[in-house]
Amino acid sequence: MKLAGWGRYPARDCVVTTPRTAEELAATLAKGPAVARGNGRAYGDSALNEENTISTRHLNRMIRFDETSGVLEAEAGVLLGDVIDAYLPRGWFPSVTPGTKFVTLGGMAAADVHGKNHHVDGGFGNFVDWIDVMGPDGVVVRASRDDNADLFDWTIGGMGLTGVILRLGLRLRRVETGWIEQRTIAAPNLDAAMEAFETHHNAPYSVAWIDCLSTGASLGRSLIMLGDHAPLAGLPNKFRQVPFGPPPAQKRKVPFNAPSFALNRFTVKAFNALYYHMGARKTGTDYVPWDTYFYPLDSILGWNKIYGRRGFVQFQCVLPDGHARAGLEALLMRISDAGQGSFLAVLKKLATDTHKFSFPMAGYTLALDFPVSEKVLSLMTELDSITLDHGGRFYLAKDARMTDTTLRASDPRAEAFAAMRVETGAAGAFASLQSARLKL
Amino acid sequence: MSSGAILVLGGRSDIGLAIAKVYAREGHAVQLAARNVFDLEAEKADIALRYGVEVGLHEFDALDVESHEAFVTSLPALPETVVCAVGALGVQEESEQDHAEARIIMRSNFEGPVNILAILANAFEERGSGVIIGISSVAGDRGRATNYIYGAGKAGFTAYLAGMRNRLATKGVHVLTVKPGFVATRMTDGMDLPEKLTTDADTLARAVFKAAKRRRNEVYIKSIWWLVMLIIRNIPEFIFKKLKI
Ligand SMILES: Cc1cc2nc3c(=O)[nH]c(=O)nc-3n(C[C@H](O)[C@H](O)[C@H](O)COP(=O)(O)OP(=O)(O)OC[C@H]3O[C@@H](n4cnc5c(N)ncnc54)[C@H](O)[C@@H]3O)c2cc1C
Ligand SMILES: NC(=O)c1ccc[n+]([C@@H]2O[C@H](COP(=O)([O-])OP(=O)(O)OC[C@H]3O[C@@H](n4cnc5c(N)ncnc54)[C@H](OP(=O)(O)O)[C@@H]3O)[C@@H](O)[C@H]2O)c1
Repeated sequence: MKLAGWGRYPARDCVVTTPRTAEELAATLAKGPAVARGNGRAYGDSALNEENTISTRHLNRMIRFDETSGVLEAEAGVLLGDVIDAYLPRGWFPSVTPGTKFVTLGGMAAADVHGKNHHVDGGFGNFVDWIDVMGPDGVVVRASRDDNADLFDWTIGGMGLTGVILRLGLRLRRVETGWIEQRTIAAPNLDAAMEAFETHHNAPYSVAWIDCLSTGASLGRSLIMLGDHAPLAGLPNKFRQVPFGPPPAQKRKVPFNAPSFALNRFTVKAFNALYYHMGARKTGTDYVPWDTYFYPLDSILGWNKIYGRRGFVQFQCVLPDGHARAGLEALLMRISDAGQGSFLAVLKKLATDTHKFSFPMAGYTLALDFPVSEKVLSLMTELDSITLDHGGRFYLAKDARMTDTTLRASDPRAEAFAAMRVETGAAGAFASLQSARLKL
Repeated sequence: MSSGAILVLGGRSDIGLAIAKVYAREGHAVQLAARNVFDLEAEKADIALRYGVEVGLHEFDALDVESHEAFVTSLPALPETVVCAVGALGVQEESEQDHAEARIIMRSNFEGPVNILAILANAFEERGSGVIIGISSVAGDRGRATNYIYGAGKAGFTAYLAGMRNRLATKGVHVLTVKPGFVATRMTDGMDLPEKLTTDADTLARAVFKAAKRRRNEVYIKSIWWLVMLIIRNIPEFIFKKLKI
């Protein structure tokens, strides 16, 4: 079956098995080196293995929920959207969520995903109490901060390369409503944007959209979106009747006419300008439903196809606090010079990493999409070196093309990760196209 | 509070489970009926957790037709809706040589399903309400060399459902025939299905729910299949018999 990540680059013919039980999973692992695949939302080749890709789509049962602690026990293939579906009406929300709800819990753990609250709460792994991992020998081991702590630590953020997560215990957070109180701040340039992040470091959620084509004095012009779960009491009357918001199915609003966008510098420019001015007009607070706030793109199913056959790549790096300002400026300048158009440009403040091989570090992360072309691939190589020059590193869940030399130059932990894999036998049992490319 | 239950015959099947979840999401209690039903505890917990409805497990063997009356009596309540997702595909070439195997395939797709639905139909008729959903197949629309043993069973099932619909139309009981094309499930695992003609169990389940609500009689899943089968049914036999499709 032809498989690819969300960016549809690279695409490969892969043998895919979909086990329904731990026994079937063990039998599949016994056939040779394999990698787990959740819902295929990693952009690149993290969840591809030509000989043996194991889909967790049918290991997707919820097991137990504790109404007092908010701990949900579930199989790794459960979709985040299904968790929200089942538990938001009862007053619970995921403690950490990426920008799409179409991810599996296993995929979120494997990438230790960060959300808009990383600067205060850290990553997804912080809310995972334990994981059941099937190792190279087909044996399932429960790992937590107390038991098999190394396995736990390497697996959260380990990109499927330490074993297959079968089940996990996950702490949800209490919310009174499904509405988000949102404040938008227009920042005329990069300094203003970073200052806004620093000023509002206590805001539970924050993220910025950058107009990455603006230049000169307005380089880094952006909209910073702050948010928090709205308490019931503060909610306007009309929303109080539907405290958990309209169900997502009822509102299939396409935020903008996407298809013609991607490839044209001028339309992208127009889009960014419009977005900026629209946001700039809106001052004060407004209330938005959870899915509009967290998952603006989920309502356009299959938006990844707009980039056409060749697919697209995402560049995402994090720059450490001290070097972030200079690094971001250099990256943005190079990007706007190149004029290769970027559909999504997101800036976010991150906190220190808490797991052995997770992506985040205290600093700023920048993420952008590009349609695949020779020009773009060489631009990305340049962005790699700018990132290296400023002490940054790269997000494996977005990567499809980095070299192992770049990875090692950016992240001394890679060597330890690879050594651990050899020592535990994981190297011979778990492999992805990405792990082969990066010699992990 | 759960509203009228849905009974899923073939409660382990991907399609049956997906349909159960769509109904549960709408607040219907679920009765899962399958062979070795004890190992569906995880599914039971999953559906109950997700949708907060009652879920029951009921031992059921479609081929053990003598047990069907007792099976229906043993249910905690007569369901509002029954869906039959029981079926067996087999391997055509093997079924051609192994007649015992062929009998099982045909009985699993026809004799077993109609026997249990006949009993439920009578009970629904007496009550004056109920919905019967049969998962048949496009394979029943015309016999083809590649799957006619399975297809013959499905053809019989389709005809039976049509007749039953006709009989019960004025009795408050609705019969829905579902004719999927390719669905990515355990049945088709490892087959190389054409992407444009293939659907998944969740999409199918939502379509079935909608069709039952709208009292549709017969539905193809993925409308392209309606066209494909229209063409396949209308190819003259003297040409058809030489085709490899
Ligand atoms: C629109 C969009 C927005 C996004 N926003 C964010 C964001 O804000 N923050 C962020 O951090 N990420 C973000 N991502 C990335 C995404 O959250 C991660 O790539 C996530 O890992 C995808 O989960 P998945 O279930 O689709 O996994 P896949 O893409 O299928 O797999 C991803 C990795 O997880 C491993 N894996 C999957 N399941 C298991 C398992 N059961 N056991 C062991 N390993 C497993 C795979 O081997 C692979 O290495 C975004 C992606 C998209 C498409
Ligand atoms: N998948 C497709 O492409 C496709 C296309 C058209 C129609 N269909 C039909 O859709 C229905 C569901 O199939 P599926 O795709 O979900 O595949 P599936 O998972 O293989 O489902 C078939 C189910 O039938 C059950 N079954 C077989 N014999 C039985 C018996 N004697 N008693 C009780 N249960 C019995 C099986 O139960 P056990 O687990 O106990 O064996 C299994 O759960 C079938 O009728 C199939 O013919 C499927």
